[in-house]
Amino acid sequence: MEWKTFLIYLLVMAGVTYLIRMLPLAAIRGKVKSVFLQSFLYYVPYAVLGAMTFPAVFSATGSLPTALVGTAVALVLGWMEKGLLTVAVFACVAAFAAGLLI
Amino acid sequence: MFASYRKGLKHGIPIALGYLSVSFAFGIQATSLGLSPLQAVMISFFNVTSAGQLAGLQLMAAGAPLIEMALTQLTINLRYALMSLSLSQKLDKSMTLIHRLLLSFCNTDEIFVMASQQPGAVGKAYLYGLTNGPFIGWTVGTLIGALAGGILPAAVTEALGLAIYGMFIAIILPPFRRSREVRAVILIAVAMSCMFAFLPLFSFISDGFRIILCAVVASALGAWLMPQPVKDEEEEAAA
Repeated sequence: MEWKTFLIYLLVMAGVTYLIRMLPLAAIRGKVKSVFLQSFLYYVPYAVLGAMTFPAVFSATGSLPTALVGTAVALVLGWMEKGLLTVAVFACVAAFAAGLLI
Repeated sequence: MFASYRKGLKHGIPIALGYLSVSFAFGIQATSLGLSPLQAVMISFFNVTSAGQLAGLQLMAAGAPLIEMALTQLTINLRYALMSLSLSQKLDKSMTLIHRLLLSFCNTDEIFVMASQQPGAVGKAYLYGLTNGPFIGWTVGTLIGALAGGILPAAVTEALGLAIYGMFIAIILPPFRRSREVRAVILIAVAMSCMFAFLPLFSFISDGFRIILCAVVASALGAWLMPQPVKDEEEEAAA
């Protein structure tokens, strides 16, 4: 891609992304007092990851059957509280193996 | 202080390795859409975000207007504002403005969740340690993908698409098992997300906006019906 076009796109893209992340962290210095807001912020990470994973994971490999196999393996290993890397690697391996068999 | 840095570094290793495979897939895609390897690496270096970069890449390739680029990044990445807000409540006194300016650059989903799960407050040493590895993994993975991606069979690169979701699942399942409240919030978020994604009635909602909407509604319901007691320090230490 031509550099000038690329750099303008990159500037807009990275600038917007950085401002979104930076402003709340730089501006909010005190502790939130409200129990509702505290509880809300406590739940946010779990809700975000849940919504990001499902249903997107089913189309992550471009084929529903292999994605289902990989997801099932990830769910079982995650339930057994295996580490992040173990779960990720075995999910990929399972999906790859399923792709060979199907 | 060095011990905190090392602890963060250690916590970042699985994230870094997960990023390596995810950004590898991004590198492949970037070069296949006409970017040079250096350009692909620059996107990863300056953005450090998976879904946002992928959407941005497609807009670049399509020659979309800049305003569309800005709005797309805003909707897909608005969840980071929520995460930064949440993280702002966990920071100790060592996190002065300059460190907030620097570290917010790397506040990704996984880093945020990992930092949130630490008992008590977190400081700059831990956060620099935590972000260093994933940042390197993200950039280097993009480079390898951009340079070598073309020679891998499609079956391998497609299977790698699961890596990031495998990581997400590994992060949320242990608290899902242990806490009834967290379980309820996750189930609400997942159910809503699937409903919005599959029902044609809701097809006007973009992916990025869907995530924010589900996260806000599920967390607000959780906070309303199952408020968490303020003694979060002990509770997180016990979890």
